[in-house]
Amino acid sequence: MSQVSHKKRIGAEAIEAKGWLGAHKWLILRRLSQLSILALFMIGPLAGIWIVKGNLNYSYTLDVLPLTDPYVALQSLMAGHVPEKLGLIGVAIAVAFYFLVGGRVYCSWVCPINMVTDAAGWLRDRLGIKGASSLSAKTRYWILGMTLVASAITGVVLWELINPVSMLHRGLIFGLGSAWMVVLAIFLFDLFVMTRGWCGRLCPVGAFYGLLGKWSPVRISASKRSACNDCMDCFEVCPEPQVIRPALKGEGKGVGPVILAANCTNCGRCIDVCSKDVFNFGLRSNNPVPTASIGVQPGAK
Amino acid sequence: MTATPPKSDAARRQFLFDSAKMVCSVGMLGLGLGLYAKQSKALPALALRPPGALPESDFLGACIRCGLCVRDCPYNTLELAKPEAPVATGTPYFTARNIPCEMCDDIPCVKACPTKALDHGLTDINKARMGVAVLIDHETCLNFLGLRCDVCYRVCPVIDKAITLDMVPNQRTGRHAMFLPTVHSEHCTGCGKCEKSCVLEEAAIRVLPSKLAKGELGKHYRLGWEEQKKAGHSLIDESKMIDLPDRLPEGARLPGHYDPASGQTEAMRGMSGQEVVTIPSLPPGLGGKP
Repeated sequence: MSQVSHKKRIGAEAIEAKGWLGAHKWLILRRLSQLSILALFMIGPLAGIWIVKGNLNYSYTLDVLPLTDPYVALQSLMAGHVPEKLGLIGVAIAVAFYFLVGGRVYCSWVCPINMVTDAAGWLRDRLGIKGASSLSAKTRYWILGMTLVASAITGVVLWELINPVSMLHRGLIFGLGSAWMVVLAIFLFDLFVMTRGWCGRLCPVGAFYGLLGKWSPVRISASKRSACNDCMDCFEVCPEPQVIRPALKGEGKGVGPVILAANCTNCGRCIDVCSKDVFNFGLRSNNPVPTASIGVQPGAK
Repeated sequence: MTATPPKSDAARRQFLFDSAKMVCSVGMLGLGLGLYAKQSKALPALALRPPGALPESDFLGACIRCGLCVRDCPYNTLELAKPEAPVATGTPYFTARNIPCEMCDDIPCVKACPTKALDHGLTDINKARMGVAVLIDHETCLNFLGLRCDVCYRVCPVIDKAITLDMVPNQRTGRHAMFLPTVHSEHCTGCGKCEKSCVLEEAAIRVLPSKLAKGELGKHYRLGWEEQKKAGHSLIDESKMIDLPDRLPEGARLPGHYDPASGQTEAMRGMSGQEVVTIPSLPPGLGGKP
């Protein structure tokens, strides 16, 4: 335990440089987003104020705005069913939105399971639990493919039979039942079995949204990467650490500073924990390829 | 480890090995889920789907588990299945004995559905088929005991069509009628009001999914009397029929009995040579001779 307590906390430098609030800005905004979305859904059944009806699979806001989860709709389509008009409009709106802001914004700004796995990750760090078993981060794509094929074969919206994301969200709104056990299982799995196991390796919902936002214009950029002091805090805190390296360390290889990997969740934690303010939100297009010979500082923004 | 293969070779092996591992484990997961999916199609007897719901095998592919039908049901009849519920997680259902369907004229649950899981073509709630009521226990139903409970009949929104009271002689007393609640599946919507209001501790009448409740005639079966009605005449030449004497209890007569051989509808065809008596107030074979 002495080793743990001596270990430098992730983001300690950033807190020193920017203050606690400055070093948690995006995290706080993200939690606000997650909780207020949940609150909007729950205020109906709890207080009778009906702003949003439904859940993350499909919701109807103020009787005007339909939103459909495109992954669920796709499984249903594979099973041979096309939604009604409102359902289709909902798919179009959700697809357009996540295509623009980044597919995995769903994961980091909306999904309620994110708070569960983040908590597991935080506790894992506090307890100094080192990663035991590991699975390829590509596993989720296999699972994604499997759910689509098996939806077609069985004629059932397959992943919804066990999807912990919708189980938790629906449970909080319509009654949890034994769904808390599934959520606890995810928490324990991430805490003891696999670092970033659920969201980073297994969840096909995240895989789907990642593919959806593969070309999204809103991206995180390591604009001031030349200021990086190699503290590694961003790698430590990132839920998908593999996405950072090409952008942060690509200067010498002629790679632009924008994080292009589809699995970047646009959570902004790297912006928070960096004491040198290397990262910022930006546009995919603003991705100047450095000319190695001159060694210009890229990304004037 | 005698000879280390070239690096690319080792990498290729590793890749193949990893892929195989992945395909196997995800395949196992898929197999498990597939079997679970198959099982979830088996609709349990006491969970009913909202009006207009597609057949169960289609419903599970079309329903996206959003709960809009639940929200727009004014009577809180519907609920979304929790993981431990008897139907697939997140799908809407109701338990008739708890809260039955009140059969709203405007069917708000169907209108709210963003998919075709609830058929938007259903505009007349009387055409809904959520299940079929079955008077399942003839031993405890008060009307079957010869009493006049009639509650299921009285509450039926399709009274006198979906449930009728059919009079039959009470064989126990020998002198009363029993009014048997009889469900007619061509009119029953499966709303469950009868089950909800059955006065027994455990309902004697229950709404079951029609697949459980209904038999089915062979497609090639023809009912002679209906064919006769359709054709307007008998399908066979009745004048050539050999009519054997009807075996009737001594002294009985059957007014309105149609005798194909004679072509006569009326009359008393007692045994020849016997005195014709009127039918006693008791059914044939019961009680003493009048």
